[in-house]
Amino acid sequence: MLLETARPAATPSRALTAAQAERVRRIRRTGAYLLLVIATAVFVLPFLWMITTSLKSDAENLAFPPEFLPSSFHVENYARGWSGSLPFNTFLINSVLITALSMLGNLVSCVLPAYAFARLRARAAGVMFALMLATMMIPREITLVPKYIMFANLGWVDTYLPLVVPEFFGVALYIFLLRQFFTTIPQELIDAARIDGASELRILWRVMLPLSKPAIASIMLFSFVGNWNQYLESVIYLRTTDKFTIPLGLAMFSGQYATQYNQMMAVALITLMPILILFFIAQKTFIKGVTLTGIAGR
Amino acid sequence: MTAVSVGRRRRPVSASRREARRFHLFVSPWVIGFVFFSGGPILASVVLSFTKWNLLRPPEWIGFENYRKMLADAEFWDAVGNTFYYGLGSVALGVTFTLFLAMLLNQPLRFQGLFRTVMYMPSVVSGVATALLWLNILHPDYGLINKLLAMAGITGPGWLGSPEWAMPALILMSVWGAGNTIIIYLAGLQGIPKSLYEAAEIDGAGWWRRFWSVTVPMMSPVIFFNVVTGFIASIQAYTLILIMTEGGPANSTMVLGLYIYRHAFVYFDMGYAAALSWAMFVIVIAVTFIQFRLARRWVHYEFK
Repeated sequence: MLLETARPAATPSRALTAAQAERVRRIRRTGAYLLLVIATAVFVLPFLWMITTSLKSDAENLAFPPEFLPSSFHVENYARGWSGSLPFNTFLINSVLITALSMLGNLVSCVLPAYAFARLRARAAGVMFALMLATMMIPREITLVPKYIMFANLGWVDTYLPLVVPEFFGVALYIFLLRQFFTTIPQELIDAARIDGASELRILWRVMLPLSKPAIASIMLFSFVGNWNQYLESVIYLRTTDKFTIPLGLAMFSGQYATQYNQMMAVALITLMPILILFFIAQKTFIKGVTLTGIAGR
Repeated sequence: MTAVSVGRRRRPVSASRREARRFHLFVSPWVIGFVFFSGGPILASVVLSFTKWNLLRPPEWIGFENYRKMLADAEFWDAVGNTFYYGLGSVALGVTFTLFLAMLLNQPLRFQGLFRTVMYMPSVVSGVATALLWLNILHPDYGLINKLLAMAGITGPGWLGSPEWAMPALILMSVWGAGNTIIIYLAGLQGIPKSLYEAAEIDGAGWWRRFWSVTVPMMSPVIFFNVVTGFIASIQAYTLILIMTEGGPANSTMVLGLYIYRHAFVYFDMGYAAALSWAMFVIVIAVTFIQFRLARRWVHYEFK
């Protein structure tokens, strides 16, 4: 450990008096706090800058050199940016719709296969599971082009279908995670339910899911963050401004008003709110999910 | 009598068959997804990479022409170089800096939870909104970073507007969003037995020695995990680069993922884009393989 508290050493030559040991400990502790505060400042400063920039007047927005704080708080930037020339209300509705549908799709289409892989036997199960793990190692760029051609032939370009429909057919990583979690649930519970004559769906719904809340919460959080921030596929498939999502709207805003930083930061902050609120409510679940999987909902 | 015994023998068979049928029913969402959205497209991508197709005229079979063109394509090799530049930079900085932070966070200090939250937050909100924030922060005249540098008496560079500084700027931003590696490190650090540190201390080891002789070997599997997944993530992190620089200035941030995107959805050269995506696959596999090979020398696994 980097700053393990000093304890009296075994050899007499290195022995410290109790007072000296206490001083060393205090210096180390102060040093640790100092480093932590500096590191935290590095992480938090961009957010503070975002907030102060969002409150600057148009003149201060392009002042050189820039000031840290606005001379007065221009809260109206939020309304000006949000209800300016771009329909952010529409973008918000679109984003909510796509994210909600995708999360529902992920939930249904990952829980069922995960249960099958964890608890049901079939000859093809091993091969299928190996195939699923193999697809996790293939970069998504490989499927990007063939999927585009397929959706273009179906006439799905400039609709939400290419963004939402695949979400109803399983996400390998989520299935894998849920399956791992399901295998830890005692078989006796399932056998008992079976003896009581419960159907598989009922076992899944009444036994597995209530016991798997942490795993389900983790994949739903990842699904939410991933879909809410989703940019690449939206930019490929969506063409009409009315159909744009929040990330596309933000990119469009920066394209049209490249130096309107005060309004840009105000709008960006509004769009971060749902994720920030969720993050503070469900912090523990996020962190548990990351240690479980090593990912952060990309 | 025989009928009964046949029935008895059949019963377990039909039960397992019923279970298999249920398995296939439950697993069907993934099977359909595999056929249409992953396995199928992967095969289609192989075929596509041997064709010339702009979606307007019918595809034309051209054999290995796309791959030959790729090997002679200077921009492709630049993109590969930039991919490695970004990957090595963000992994090297991210993995060391976050290990140091995780060790600090592992101290029994007050407000630990708060510090952890703040450091993890950027990786959760990463997206277009934070890309725009960094466009502002990195602005040579109106940005935060050059303002801070100016206060220290340094004239900051043009960052995203400069071919030399654009990539370092993106790497810097990636470290800001590396909070999830801190969490993974913390979990690893908490698994190191305290007795090891106590033993090292009794032997008179200072913190530097304890770091190299206890922390690093004990953490090596976790460090290895972060290096491997970090590099793979860096190869796919081009969405932010697309928003922030579109590969510029002067192609200095044109990474392979962005190059694929450009050929597919700007030039509509689908065959070449498919071939490029297989080049990316080869790079991911090769780098991962090399890392696993090197791991034998430095990663220390505890067998219990």
